[in-house]
Amino acid sequence: MQSTTDYSAFLQPAFARARDLLERRKTERQAPIVPSSSVSGRALVITVAIMTFLASLTVGAVTLVSETAAEWQNDISREITVQIIPREGLDMDAALASVEEVARRTSGVAAATRLTDAATSRLLEPWLGAELELTELPVPRLVVISIDGDDPPNFDALRTELQAAVPQAELDDHRAWVSRLVAMANAMILTGSGVLVLVLVATALTVVFATRGAMAGNRQIVEVLHFVGARSEFIAEQFQRHFLRIGLVGAMAGGGCAIGLFWGMGLWTASNQARPEADQISALFGSFAIGWVGYLGVGVLIFFVGFLTAFTSRFTVLKQLSLIDMLSPVEN
Amino acid sequence: MIRFDNVGLRYDAGEEILRDLTFEIRKQSFQFLTGPSGAGKTSLLRMLFLALRPTRGSISVLGRDVATLSRRDLPSIRRRIGIVFQDFRLLDHLTTFENVALPLRVRGRSEESYRQDVVDLIEWVGLGARMNASPVTMSGGEKQRAAIARALIDQPDILLADEPTGNVDPPMARRLLRLFLELNRTGTAVVIATHDFGLMDQIGARRLMLGEGRLAIHD
Repeated sequence: MQSTTDYSAFLQPAFARARDLLERRKTERQAPIVPSSSVSGRALVITVAIMTFLASLTVGAVTLVSETAAEWQNDISREITVQIIPREGLDMDAALASVEEVARRTSGVAAATRLTDAATSRLLEPWLGAELELTELPVPRLVVISIDGDDPPNFDALRTELQAAVPQAELDDHRAWVSRLVAMANAMILTGSGVLVLVLVATALTVVFATRGAMAGNRQIVEVLHFVGARSEFIAEQFQRHFLRIGLVGAMAGGGCAIGLFWGMGLWTASNQARPEADQISALFGSFAIGWVGYLGVGVLIFFVGFLTAFTSRFTVLKQLSLIDMLSPVEN
Repeated sequence: MIRFDNVGLRYDAGEEILRDLTFEIRKQSFQFLTGPSGAGKTSLLRMLFLALRPTRGSISVLGRDVATLSRRDLPSIRRRIGIVFQDFRLLDHLTTFENVALPLRVRGRSEESYRQDVVDLIEWVGLGARMNASPVTMSGGEKQRAAIARALIDQPDILLADEPTGNVDPPMARRLLRLFLELNRTGTAVVIATHDFGLMDQIGARRLMLGEGRLAIHD
């Protein structure tokens, strides 16, 4: 009960404020003080749309890479392999049996199965041909150990125990491969984030120039607002509301196109799975689905760009106003 | 309300265009500011409404020394000073109603709270029929009255008007003068910059006469 009361007490002022704002909006029939036609809209909307599209592609690519890398990592870390190197005098069958036994009694191991002679032959077929007799060649043999993902074993202890039982056994938990994969994915994510920041900075700078242009074009309005006693924040708000609209419209257009593209690519790869082009993409990125995280990222980006546009224009107006001599805002 | 002490003004490195101005605009006073064209009336008015800094001397407006004012103090002081510009400076994309209501809108008031006051004032200046007209469709006299209404809407302590009768015919000029006198009776100090001696002769108000950069006061 207590928490419900606190919750409503927290929300009530916000609701009251929202209701006030709505009512004010409803009653506000007057024309905007800075006319929307005087703020160069279309070019800026297109610029913001292009920038958001590029930023969304980056978000999508980063999501895709990190999700695919995570999938690979999961698949790999679900299994480890033990390789037994043949040595003079080693009874391979006994060694395989011993490794299987050690593995099976270790907690966290779901299953341990040796790669059968047939499977090993198949594995080596491309290099050594079909008529391979394993007993005649010193071929390393593998035991595949499935790991319980929720309760993985202690790999170091398992390695020590395996080597005690069979000195020729080498446990490969794919850490080197996984760490290279993670490093590659991280590098891509870092690069993507860098590109995203650059795109957003370029968007903000475009808005700075557009705001300065709008202020210069509406100089008379700024002057009039000054001498009727408007505060700088009020003047900034008059510009900001246009830029918020421009930013949101542009960002929705650009982000919407990007979402459409991702969706279309996902559909295309799903429906063309047999074809080599789609297979290539599927091999790299799975089903080419950016998932809800990607779509959410693009959604957040749309609002972020909208508010970035509004905030940048507000900041620019306040900065410009503060540069004007405090006692000579009206004329030079 | 406004006090000038040995105020001088020069633009850039030029000669002083206003020299040694010492005078006071008292509460509820009525005065004309006059002088030949180019005598510096507009510059003096700009100093009066804090749009121009003097190059020497001190100015105090509504009890505050202008030299010590910060940027953030200016709006609250400007809200107590009504200004009528010679070129009106109405916003062409707003109606008469919206132009006149602008100072109240800027103060964050809701339209309901001031609608009737604005309508009353617009009717008082004789523009009731032009309530929703755009300034681009209005005559000089109509714009002049809309600009005056905008300056008066928040009942300023001081009204500064630059050539408020410059764009109107003599009957309208007389009507506007009566309007200013009525306003003055309600407690507002009025400064009217004009070179229309016909207008000044209609009432025996104080005259601040600018000539060759100096000010002569005829009470």
